Amino acid sequence: MNWDWSAVSDFMPDFWEGLLVTLQILLFGSLISFALGLVWALLMRVPSRWVTWPVGAVTEFVRNTPLLVQLFFLFYVLPEWGLTFSALTTGVVAIGLHYSTYTMQVYRAGIEAVPVGQWEAATALNLPLRKTWTAVILPQAVRRVVPALGNYVIAMLKDTPMLMAITVLEMLGHARLFSQEHFQFTEPLTVIGVAFIVISYLASLALRALERRLAH
Amino acid sequence: MTSGLWELVLKGIWVTIQLLVCSTLLAAAVSFVVGVARTHRLWIVRFLAGFYTEVFRGTSALVMIFWVFFVLPPAFGWQLVPLWAGTLALGLTYGAYGSEIVRGALSAVDPAQKEGGIALSFTPWQRMRLILLPQAVPEMIPPFSNLLIELLKGTALVSIMGMGDLAFSGNLVRLALQESAEIYTYILLIYFVIAFLLTRVMRGLEKKLKAGTGKPVGSTADQELSRPETTGVGGGAVA
Repeated sequence: MNWDWSAVSDFMPDFWEGLLVTLQILLFGSLISFALGLVWALLMRVPSRWVTWPVGAVTEFVRNTPLLVQLFFLFYVLPEWGLTFSALTTGVVAIGLHYSTYTMQVYRAGIEAVPVGQWEAATALNLPLRKTWTAVILPQAVRRVVPALGNYVIAMLKDTPMLMAITVLEMLGHARLFSQEHFQFTEPLTVIGVAFIVISYLASLALRALERRLAH
Repeated sequence: MTSGLWELVLKGIWVTIQLLVCSTLLAAAVSFVVGVARTHRLWIVRFLAGFYTEVFRGTSALVMIFWVFFVLPPAFGWQLVPLWAGTLALGLTYGAYGSEIVRGALSAVDPAQKEGGIALSFTPWQRMRLILLPQAVPEMIPPFSNLLIELLKGTALVSIMGMGDLAFSGNLVRLALQESAEIYTYILLIYFVIAFLLTRVMRGLEKKLKAGTGKPVGSTADQELSRPETTGVGGGAVA
């Protein structure tokens, strides 16, 4: 095994560029998944089968099929329908949509964990439905779900390399490009592998600290 | 779609299933060995098992696949057949997630059960085999079922390395037909059907294993919120 430090230093500028793109994907993907997941969770509580059944079926489908194929689908099919987005936008939307079907379950559990007395109190105070949700239920539910949502952000981080398959140059994309140009595979791939471990380990430590703080 | 193209898709399904079976077996073996090692009485064994889990859970499955395909051959002189390379990468990665499930279920067994085993002077191996595992394994099935679906989704990653699995056959058909909506819809549906069947099988298994333990079947909502470890892969309660 021969390790070439000069290849590492040659790769570093590309690495930082890739890291920036990865973090961008993670940020926007998380925002989409948090927002959309809440929408799915609320729709699932609409007391009509005409709403819950399609929402349940679509989210179940998205959750049980590979993100990679979903990426291909959006990347190749949307242009056929006359919608053209950049690869990065397509990727962010796909990853956000995919993870929204997970965060939806987290929100659902969080909403169900709000004690039923809170609902009764809101009814007793004659709060309108909108106020019941925004002032009573959601503030308590969201507090409970933060750690679980954080988990999915870390899981999402580890799915960002898939965007390489639709030509987005994030960390793995840069590593592959560099490897093919310089014919040095070991160094860039190891560097980004270590980077993933370090980032997800730090993120999990931060999350544990946040969890402890929220528990009080 | 012509019948020749369907044949391509069928071949893809076969490769995906082969890869799924092989990597599930490896991942299950790794989960149990590493998960049990994390409850070992020697700290060095616990530390090594924990280190393994953090490293393989911390990195991305796709990066691991690239590593096995591109770095292992020059570094160690191993040139693996694509199927084995994919199995190795997926099995080791998802095995690390699985070890967390095994550890969690083992530590959730009432400590009095273990103490009872010690009082009856069972050896550690007997305690594990006769007392802990029979109670812990049924609890592992729901999270393992979720992990199995994640693994199925993970098998699509090998198509990036040019292995002819279901996702790869989808790409070939797209190139042949210059049309993507239809084929990708079929591919997604096929994955969904496989996932659905796997969920059914796992639910049946859970019912069978829980038959003697007097515990309710089916996971509850709190499991979604009470995750002991924070670097979990998507998909499910690691309660």
